[in-house]
Amino acid sequence: MSDLSVDYTSDEMMTVTAARQLRDGVACFVGIGLPSTAANLARATHAPNLVLIYESGCIGAKPDRLPLSIGDGVLSDTADAVVSVPEVFNYWLQPGRIDVGLLGAAQLDRYGNINTTVIGGDYAAPQVRLPGAGGAPEIAASCGEVIVVLRQNLRTFVHRVDFVTSVGYGGGPGDRERLGLRGGGPRTVITDLGVLEPNPETCELTLTRLYPGVTVDQVRAATGWDLAVAERLTTVEPPTEQELRILRALEATKKKGWPS
Amino acid sequence: MAEIVSLAEGIAELVRDGDVVALEGFTHLIPFAAGHEIIRQGRRDLTLVRMTPDVIYDQMIGMGCARRLVFSWGGNPGVGSLHRFRDAVENGWPAPLELEEHSHAGMANRYVAGASGLPFAVLRGYAGTDLWRHTANIKTITCPFSGEVLTAVPSLRPDVTVVHAQRADRAGNVQMWGITGVQKEAVLAARRSLVTVEEIVDELEPVPGQLVLPSWVVTAVAEVPGGAHPSYAQGYSVRDNDFYVRWDVISRNRDTFRGWMEQHVLKAQVQA
Repeated sequence: MSDLSVDYTSDEMMTVTAARQLRDGVACFVGIGLPSTAANLARATHAPNLVLIYESGCIGAKPDRLPLSIGDGVLSDTADAVVSVPEVFNYWLQPGRIDVGLLGAAQLDRYGNINTTVIGGDYAAPQVRLPGAGGAPEIAASCGEVIVVLRQNLRTFVHRVDFVTSVGYGGGPGDRERLGLRGGGPRTVITDLGVLEPNPETCELTLTRLYPGVTVDQVRAATGWDLAVAERLTTVEPPTEQELRILRALEATKKKGWPS
Repeated sequence: MAEIVSLAEGIAELVRDGDVVALEGFTHLIPFAAGHEIIRQGRRDLTLVRMTPDVIYDQMIGMGCARRLVFSWGGNPGVGSLHRFRDAVENGWPAPLELEEHSHAGMANRYVAGASGLPFAVLRGYAGTDLWRHTANIKTITCPFSGEVLTAVPSLRPDVTVVHAQRADRAGNVQMWGITGVQKEAVLAARRSLVTVEEIVDELEPVPGQLVLPSWVVTAVAEVPGGAHPSYAQGYSVRDNDFYVRWDVISRNRDTFRGWMEQHVLKAQVQA
């Protein structure tokens, strides 16, 4: 990897795209893993005033390395406020104070509904037991908008999720209102191939942006339903040298723990 | 007034077979040593309650302490799956595990209702999810003032809650700081409580952002230095992140799991 501006992985492209989606100054509810990496990359690049909120109760965390869990000491040490877990959900998330929820998913369907609970079999005897809901159902319900970040393939992009852990647009237009969900729902789905956004009329996730070198056919082949494609499809700018340098430096802090 | 006890005495007196037991701690201050003592004393048929069952519940489930799990997120934080939890759910090993599954917001509010002496909690939650299909403990309720339909979940009232904190004084007043999660609510919701602490001191020096549980709402306090390891106690220790990664390997296989537990928990010297 001699030339940073050319060589990057699809995961790096995905993380950089998610980071770019976060506007400076917004309050963002962050899950651990790739969402946390993206949010911290945004804070270290174009969005220094991004407010990071972790469900452990850390509000306005400013970690100088990637936290390894949502309750990492670097989050409470650097937060504007550390509140209890009931408080973070009741006072901060529930009333709609948080602009953006950044979520991962094990499965996603065409209406942006998310499964992180079970795959295959039935609920009592699943093929794969996943961790479950955590904070996601209410993050998906109450944040101003939701950004979902996950790799795209036939296992993850499914016609019907095996379990609805967190609601996107339910079964289509009007469902969020009918269910009393006050947040805007999934406005952006960022994968390792491109970006999908809901069609304003049908709520169906539509491919709107491709990564450099990725074809529509490739994305179709990685989608478990008949994928809608926007008429005006754009190409995402590859990661800049600066984005890659900062992202890799952040990733390196995960391996060595505290920065020297 | 909280009684100062040894860890072994505290578990022997307060945790009984068949109890509803909550060990709380949100990544920080997880009462690992107390969980290990429950395993050593061979408790059975427990209903284990915890928002984030992680490695300590993986160990308790794998050692056959649990009949039922009430939870909202079961994983190895920052690493991946809990293999003993998965083996119990997917294959019934070492025993079938009944699940009652919620969201974090629901679980947190269930503790708040328990601490508040209320039968249930109200929230905007769970709407449209499949969680409703698998428990009777999520229902709708209509607001008597606005007519709005909201979600109700019953209060949690554990028989016993166990938490870990930084310090207590000799009268049993407990002081904790940093990420304190849902521990206050879990202790106040419980019928009995045991707090393990890094140290017992003559006087509790104030710390910014501290949470104090007065002695008279705590049943017993045990001094267990390092009692949160591999979790951490801010001001005393840092999280042993490597252990969480190693646990993924140790716990993948039933035999290596049993071997590790024999060596590091069952035969471990019981701390006074």
